[in-house]
Amino acid sequence: MANPTSKNEVVATPSKSPDQPMTSMSVLAPALGWLVPGAGHLIQRRWIRGLLLMASIAVMFVLGLLMQGHVYQPNGGDILDILGFIGDVGAGGLYILSQAAGWGQSAISHATADYGTKYLIVAGLLNFISAADAYHIAIGKKP
Amino acid sequence: MTLALSHFSAALLFSVFASVVFGITQRNTSREQILYGLYCFAMFMGGVFVAGWLMWLLRR
Repeated sequence: MANPTSKNEVVATPSKSPDQPMTSMSVLAPALGWLVPGAGHLIQRRWIRGLLLMASIAVMFVLGLLMQGHVYQPNGGDILDILGFIGDVGAGGLYILSQAAGWGQSAISHATADYGTKYLIVAGLLNFISAADAYHIAIGKKP
Repeated sequence: MTLALSHFSAALLFSVFASVVFGITQRNTSREQILYGLYCFAMFMGGVFVAGWLMWLLRR
């Protein structure tokens, strides 16, 4: 009599991967990573990655401020101002700190200030990527 | 305090920081991250030089 589960039988595996479990770390890591660049990696004991991300994003943001870059406000009105705000707000705590201290409020008056503005926006966008990476580590999608 | 970087210095620093973040976030193993970061840096700087020469040619 044939065995229904012979050794040569290929066991069908589901083609769709199971849903990722929602853990407290999968919420905390990206949130903290957004607020403090690199912190999402640090709380998951990715020390070198976290410190490199923190240094890169924070230094980029500070350089942008030192170059007299403009920090966009939430109520810009103009579509480009809104996009600039979305980029800036990605820096999380750095953006909140700059708003509280009134940094980056001057108009863009020379080329270096324009570079600074781009630094500020890109620092925020890179932090969004960093926070997403922290989430992927938290759910086990990335080592 | 005001920092006045040249266009090239600003592009160089931008490339360094962006390459570090891209390398770490877009690859899994340490070796792949380093290689991808170096690749991104080379592409950024290559793009700077290509764009610079193109603008020089357009200006003439």
